[in-house]
Order: sequence, then structure tokens, then C-alpha cells
Amino acid sequence: MEPLNRRHFLRTTATLAGATWLTPVGQWLARAAETSPGNSPAKSVIVLWMGGGPSQLETFDPHPNTKIAGGTGAIKTAVKDMMLAPGLEQLAEQMESVSLIRSVMSKEGDHERGTYTLKTGFRPDPTVTHPSLGAVACHELPTDKSEIPRHVSILSAQWPARGGFLGDKYDAFLMDDPAGPVPDTKSYLPKDRDTKRLENLDVVERAFAKGRQKRVGETLHRDTIAGALKMMSSEQLKAFDVSLEPYSVRKTYGDTPFGRGCLAARRLIEVGVRCVEVTLNGWDTHANNHKFCTDNLKILDPAFSGLLKDLRTRGLLNKTMVLCMGEFGRTPTINPAGGRDHWPNGFSMAIAGGGIRGGQVIGATDPDGKQQPTDQVKVGDIHATVLSSLGIDHKKLNETPIGRTVKFTEGEPIKALVG
Amino acid sequence: MWMRNLLFLGLIAGGGLALGINILPPRHVKARTSYDPVAYQEKDFLETVHRADNSFREMWTTENVRPALPADDLTIARRLSLGLTGTVPSLEEIRQFESIPVGEQLPWWIDHLLQDKRFAAYFGERLARAFVGTEDGPAIFFRRRRFVTWLGEEITKNRPYDQIVRQVIATEGLWTDKPATNFISVTAQQEKENQPNPVRLAGRVTRAFLGLRLDCAQCHNHPFAKWKQKDFESFAAFFGQTRVGFRGIADSPGQYEVEDPKTQEKRVVEPGVAFSPELLPTEGTLREKIAGWVTHPKNPYFAKAAVNRVWAIMCGQPLLTPIDNLESDSFQPPALQILADDFSAHGYDLRRLIRVIARMQVYQLDSRCDHDAGDAAEKTWGLFPLTRLRPEQMAGSVLQASSISTLDAERHIIFRAFRALDENNFVKRYGDSGDDEFDGRGGTIPQRLVMMNGELVGEKLKEGPVNAVTRIKMLAPDDPKAVEAAYLTALTRRPTPEEAAHFEKRLKESDHSRGEHLQDLFWTLINSTEFSWNH
Repeated sequence: MEPLNRRHFLRTTATLAGATWLTPVGQWLARAAETSPGNSPAKSVIVLWMGGGPSQLETFDPHPNTKIAGGTGAIKTAVKDMMLAPGLEQLAEQMESVSLIRSVMSKEGDHERGTYTLKTGFRPDPTVTHPSLGAVACHELPTDKSEIPRHVSILSAQWPARGGFLGDKYDAFLMDDPAGPVPDTKSYLPKDRDTKRLENLDVVERAFAKGRQKRVGETLHRDTIAGALKMMSSEQLKAFDVSLEPYSVRKTYGDTPFGRGCLAARRLIEVGVRCVEVTLNGWDTHANNHKFCTDNLKILDPAFSGLLKDLRTRGLLNKTMVLCMGEFGRTPTINPAGGRDHWPNGFSMAIAGGGIRGGQVIGATDPDGKQQPTDQVKVGDIHATVLSSLGIDHKKLNETPIGRTVKFTEGEPIKALVG
Repeated sequence: MWMRNLLFLGLIAGGGLALGINILPPRHVKARTSYDPVAYQEKDFLETVHRADNSFREMWTTENVRPALPADDLTIARRLSLGLTGTVPSLEEIRQFESIPVGEQLPWWIDHLLQDKRFAAYFGERLARAFVGTEDGPAIFFRRRRFVTWLGEEITKNRPYDQIVRQVIATEGLWTDKPATNFISVTAQQEKENQPNPVRLAGRVTRAFLGLRLDCAQCHNHPFAKWKQKDFESFAAFFGQTRVGFRGIADSPGQYEVEDPKTQEKRVVEPGVAFSPELLPTEGTLREKIAGWVTHPKNPYFAKAAVNRVWAIMCGQPLLTPIDNLESDSFQPPALQILADDFSAHGYDLRRLIRVIARMQVYQLDSRCDHDAGDAAEKTWGLFPLTRLRPEQMAGSVLQASSISTLDAERHIIFRAFRALDENNFVKRYGDSGDDEFDGRGGTIPQRLVMMNGELVGEKLKEGPVNAVTRIKMLAPDDPKAVEAAYLTALTRRPTPEEAAHFEKRLKESDHSRGEHLQDLFWTLINSTEFSWNH
């Protein structure tokens, strides 16, 4: 094989895609056509990222009156026999739309490596950087008329979702609390100076292109500037501005950065954004686990349930997958500091919308915290479930820049949710 | 009291004078660093440069490639500065450069950079990315900062590369006290009582130091690959006894056991190497043995992998792509072996290797040419590649281009801390490229937004006592000199006649102040393709 460069890579991927089917979009259309009209695939994903690794026992997998509970009780939900930890009362009313997986198995007990695993569906691998779920969705699904980034990460302090081998252009656009402005999209100058700067740029670019015409074209530098300018003047930027929502709506989500992030996520998917990741940090509860969990649930409960209600009201829930997960769970045992430590071996996540079956519970953990969980679900299975619900061929082979072929996920869709 | 005031006034006046000198042509400038011309004139130095260059010339003849002309010296100086310190030259440095007699400028410049603390810091960071990656790692056991600083110190001492690598692989002790051990401790696995991960270590060692992807055989025997699963397991066994204890990283007796993923059965794996077993030392700990084997002068990969990496750091693109696979079917430029032989014959001296590469004709070729060079020219280095600057090179260059004087590591710790903060915030928004080093992709829209409207660029273009805009506005005697100073500061070249005419006209426009026009000029220059792509 010849050394790979960008053009080469494009050529190879083009041939590959041509060999298997058409373009990613063509494939998607073909797949979408296979499903019945009443069951059209989901269009977007919202990931509520619980940074630090939330305790399953204080969220989605309570074991009241056991030693491992450490005093944490349980509340009833809208679904018979499905219990949640106290603090999730509002979400409890929504559980007919939500399914819980209580037996997620990962092998990474380190924050960074665990985050990589849950966000990409693969363990870290020195030979390839895998794309996150949102990057795959953006790569595989049609672009529509999006003038703003289709992959957005709100409030991510560390390790936001990346494009991996699909390229930096699938990296999530980073955004802080939507109460503030969208970063870097406002020019701080009067209009005439902006115009002059761009005229100036033509002069400098002409000088550099001399004798390098073709290669300077290949850098796509000017296209990037054009795209940036388009985004700066786009109406779609308003989707970030949650202050345009009525007070009653904002109230449902809760007056917190995370609540505003969830509301912005809904607004963003409405204008065609494919994936929004909203982060709630503070789950790394090595000490005072119960107190910190209670505090976090006060933020999570209104935001998560508010989002589900809002999506349903607007008829968007069937087209939007909502995941709530972190990099791992926490130990069944409680340490001397009243905390729980990292636990990748059977933890919980919630999944809703996007046409998946709600009200299901998959897997169960041992009330003594000793036995392995039943009906174990691999991280890759979660990714396969989401991708197939989006109408994406999760087994599709992709060539990485180094020439290795990898699938989007090694897992299989969870039958109880999509079958 | 009046003495102090006088002293203060004197300092200001002196400072102003010194700055004025930098804006004005280099009549009064003296180079502050010296260099030893002998290193560049030794017979075997010149011979290596010549042989390596010849190997490219032969290639061009066979492939029918007409190479580009030599680039001008300032362009090469910019390349060197970006490659060795991760930032563009300052106007102050350019003036010194031009005060050196023609013909000696580049060798002086190479040595000027090699003596600079920024070189050690930047090279340390780049090597660290290959050695331990960019992960923060397990917080208790891993001190990335310590590791990078230590690498920088070793580079400052010009420690031979093979010694650095042996330390990295084989050192015992605490990660805080013996920074080299962070190479081991970064793989500590919390779920396995914080013991290091032999599989990850074996993968890192083969990739970073040998340019081999032995770890592709970790999961299965690849039908086309040379290495088998067994080879990888035996290699990992050299790290099978490495433990984390209260005295840090140490090796304990015992055997390395592997669990079969299917049957869950355990079996003992003996340490072993996939080739050249005769190079394994008979004495020492397991890690000392494998360190000796990896860095053995007869190991066919060690020197080549190092040369390929240094080349890539200097040129933005490895000589052989991909960087961590010397066994790939890619076309192998013969210069790789020539440079590797010279590197091992001269005690793995990184500085010598850098000097050799920097003095090669190939390194000094222009990135443009008037004839249609074609793909063959790009493939055979018949013209210098265009490569996108890495995020930290962008950050460093924006900071440097907004200042007249050199921002270097010698400055007061507080300034350095501010600079690190600026850089980190910028890199965070711009997106770190991770240890995926040389992927040759274009920029993204969010990255461009950071450059067009971002906080760092906005701050640095403002009028302020230390910013280039203000200094040029105050000190440049006329518009042509102001435009020239801006071009040199940001792009390390003088404007073309068309550019000079355009911007001189702009500066005369009365709709905005001269300072604002200069800000617009700087904004334009740092948002150009030329600024973002090494050429």
C-alpha cells in the first residue's frame, strides 16, 4: 500500500462505500425504506452524561433493606415492580417510556478509559481511536440544512465526544451553560471592519497560493472560513438560546446549568442537530456518597423528566433517543469515608425514546453485591441498539486512516428493547 | 527615592530603545547566542548529509521528479522554529538572524534553537506523547507533568536517546521521585489492585521505540502480519512481573499468566522476543533485559523508529507513514536507513540527528514550485509538505506573533504560568489532537471560529503595552516599515509588492484609527492559510 494521505483516504473510503452500497446517506435511505412507514427510525440522540460514574444503587438500581443499600430506600414508579431510588420521583412518573439496563458490563475502572469505553463502545486501543456515538450518527445520517455543528457537547469538563477515526470535523462543538452566549460565534467588530478583514485575507491568500494553488485548495482553509461565517450569521444559532423559551417550560427543566443544557438539547435537535451530549458532573462519590447523590438527583430528576415530557408533547420522543449514563457504576460496599468506589462490573443506565420499548428492566444485580449480574449487557450492545434504532447499519465496516477495518460496534442490538 | 525614579525612567527609555531596534532594520542588533561551526563542517557530518540527500536525488531521477527550488532562509527558519520549539520566530529573533553573515545564518539558527529552553520543553512534550500518550492516567500513580519535565531535562543534558529509553523502560522507584517510572505507572489498573498492565506496556514499547505494531497480534493472528499472537504474549511477559508497591515500581519474582478469553483457562507464558534473541542481555531484571534488547545497536528497528519520529516532528509528516509501523508496505525512502546508521554510530545524539536533517537539501526545499510537481514529487519529498499546525503550535504561534520580543522559557515563572493558562484554554477549545500525531487532516469550523472570534486572539490583538500591534504603531517610523514588521512578526517573511501596496493603502484610510488598521492586518495574517499550515 502507498502511504496514506488525506486525498488517498477519501478515495479509499469512496471506493469502499461504493463497493458495499452507495454513500452513507444512500445506505441510510435504503435502510430507512426497509422499515415500515409507521416505524421510521429515530433521527437524533441526546446523551445525558453522568460524569464521574453514578452509583447505580442511588439511581436506577436500588436494593432497599439490604446491607449494600447503606440505608437508601426505593420508590415505586408508573411501571409495576420497577423501582427507582428516592429523589427520582418525577422521572418515576415517566418510566413507561424509559427502560433500565441494570447489568452493563465494562472492563475499565479508570475515569478516562471508562469514558472512552462508554462513549465509543470500545475499550481504548492504541491502534485506533474510535468515534463516539454522536460522531457516527453525524457521519451516517443525512446532513439536512444544518448551518450549525450537528454534534454538540454541553457542559463537558473533560473528554467530550470525539470524531475519532472519522475525523475532527465530527468532534462535538463545545458549549458551556446555555445561559451564556455561544462561544466564539460573535465578531466583536463593526461590520465594515469585518468586511475589510475578509478583503485583506484575499490578498494574503493570493500571495500564498502562488506555486501552491492545488495544495492550498486541498487544505480547505477557505471553505472552513466560509462555514464559520455562515454559522456566525445563522438563525439556527438561536437554538442555543434557552431564554427564548416560555418561563413555564424552563421551570420544568429546573433552573440549573444542566437543566438549561437539556432544554437547549431539545431546541437543537429541533433544528436538525444529530447528537447532543449534556454533562452533569459530580458523581465521583468516593466520600459522602449518599449526600452527593441526593444533591445530584435534585438536578437530574427535573431535567431528565422535563426533557422526556417536553419531547413527548412535541411529538419528538419517537424520533429522539435519550440515554442517561456515566463511565461506570459504584461499588456495592461502602468505604470508611461513606463513599462508594469505581465499579465497572454490572452498573445501570437508562434509555428512552427513539422507538425503543419503554418500561423494561434488563438484567439484575445481586442484592448482596457478590454474584455476577444476570442478563449481562456489553457496552457494545448499547451502541448497537442505538445505532440500529437510528437506521444505521451497526456492523458496517469502516477503514481507519491506518488501513484497518473496524465496525461501528462489536455488539448486538438488545432484543428486549428493539425486537 | 529620586534614584529609584531615575532608574525606572532609565529602564523605560532603555526598553523603548531596545524595542525600537527590533522594529527597525538590523543595523544595531547583535546575535546573543553563539554557535560552533565545527559541528557542521566535520567530514562525516557532511558525508551523511550528502549521502542522505543523494538517496533522494536518485529517487527523483527514477521517478522523473523535478524537485522544487530551495526555500529562502527565513522560511526555513520558521520551519525549524515550529519544529523545534513549537512556535514561530519572534521579530527580535529575526533581526538577530539577519545580523549573522549570510551562509552562517541557518547553522547559527539551528544551534540558537537547540540551546533554547523552549526546545527541551517542546521536544519533551512531543516525545512524551509517543511514550505515555496524552491521557491524564490514574491520578495517584501517574504524574505526567513530572515525566515531561524530566524528559525535557534529559534533552537539555543531551542525554543519548538510547539511555533515555532504557531509563523509561527499566527504572525502579516512585513516580514522583524517579519520573521515568511514570511510563510504567500510567498503565496502573484500578480494577486489578493498581498493578501495571503488561499488554499496554508491550504495545507502547513496540510502537513508540521500535515502530512496530506487535499489539495488532494481541487479539488474533492477522493473516498478513508478520507477528503472531504468541510473539506479543511473550513480549508482554517481560512486564508480567512489574508491580506497584509502596516503594514505587519494582519487579517481583514469579511467572506471567495469561487467561484464555474463551476457555478462561490460565497458562504460563515465558518472556521472549519475536526476532534476534541473541541481542537479549543475560543479566538484569526482566525489564532491564528487554530495555537492552530494544536499544541494542543491532536491533534493526530502534534507530529507524527514532529517526522517523524526529523527522516527523521537524517536518510535520513522518518519512515513512504511518509513524508507528516500519513494517508497513509503504514506500521506504533509503534515507531512513542512512540517517538511522548515523544516529546509532554517533551515540544516539538527538542534536546531531536534528542538525543532519536540518542541513539536508530535502529539508530546505520550497513548498511551492512553478511547474506542476505532481503526486510523485509529494511522495518523494520533491517539495516540502504543507502540514497543519498542531493545537499547541497554533497557541504558541498566536502568542508569539502578538509580541515583538521572544517569549521564551527563561522568563519569570509568573509569566510562564499565564502563558500556560492562555495556551491550555486555547488548546481546550481548539481541541487537542491527542497522541494521534500526524494524521494530516484539515481544520474544522469550530477551530476556525476560535481563531476568528476567540478570546485569546481577541486579547492578543488588543492595544496593550506588550502587544505587537501597539509597539509597531508607536515605533514604526512609517507605514511600509509597519506593514513589514507585522508580516515578519506573524508570517516570518516580507510582504509581496501587491500585499505591501494593499496594506499601506489601508493604513492611510481615515475611517478607522491606525491602531485598528494594524489590528485588522494582524487578524488577517493569523487567519491565513499560511499561518495555520507549516510550509
